[in-house]
Amino acid sequence: MEFTLKTFIFYGFALITIGSALAVVTVRNIVHAAFALMVTLFGVAGLYVFLQADFLAATQVIVYVGGILVLILFGVMMTSGRLEMRIHIERGQLLLGGCISIALLMLLLTVIANTPAWENLTDDGTQLAPTTKRIGELILNEKFLLPFEVVSVLLLVALIGAALISRKEVRD
Amino acid sequence: MSLQHYLVISSILFTLGIFAVLTRKNAISILMGIELILNSCNLNFVAFSRFVTPAETIVGSEVFRFDGQIIAIFGIVLAAAEAAVFLAIILAIYREFGSIRPDEVDTLKG
Repeated sequence: MEFTLKTFIFYGFALITIGSALAVVTVRNIVHAAFALMVTLFGVAGLYVFLQADFLAATQVIVYVGGILVLILFGVMMTSGRLEMRIHIERGQLLLGGCISIALLMLLLTVIANTPAWENLTDDGTQLAPTTKRIGELILNEKFLLPFEVVSVLLLVALIGAALISRKEVRD
Repeated sequence: MSLQHYLVISSILFTLGIFAVLTRKNAISILMGIELILNSCNLNFVAFSRFVTPAETIVGSEVFRFDGQIIAIFGIVLAAAEAAVFLAIILAIYREFGSIRPDEVDTLKG
């Protein structure tokens, strides 16, 4: 693989994603962790662009960075006093969790390296047309219509449930 | 860039998410770990749909490979719903116990 500008940018995005994800799980201050998570989500959106999923990259930025991350920051602000901004970590748990995680990573990498069907699947360079139109047709008109409706019902249920759980209890 | 590049990135993200869920002592940090895991899954879906699934040819010569992307969109929706319910539960727990450390919420423990 020759070292072009494209591969350079790809490795840049990969490094940003993994480095900031590392910060999310190691930084002691929870607000810093939330902002590192934002960088991770942007990095994943960049990788989506490399996979020619333009609509998905935009959705990732809008929903994750604009929605879920703000929700997480609200949660931090509403539940953490000054003392709880710093995250406690117990040493034994750190050791055990680290061992389990590293073993899992080794397992996954071994599987990835040794699966013959996944070798030599390189980017064939076909340019996809902008994906938004076709995704809209598939979701609203063709084979993904039923899952789309089910997911909208699920969102409604989650909305009502969240409002019900988080309101103050009124005793009469 | 081959498929394996993306698989390695997403497996590292997945492992970091598992690590956060296992070691963190704050419910919101655990939520961040879960978000990392969900992102790695979505990245896998999109990568496999780009490299492995057969191309779907529409009228003209345009080539589309889409199923994984649509599953990833549903995954994002599920992550949003999950985060909303998770934070509602965290707020209720905070109001009840005054803390969101998972090991302090042990009323059910005998």
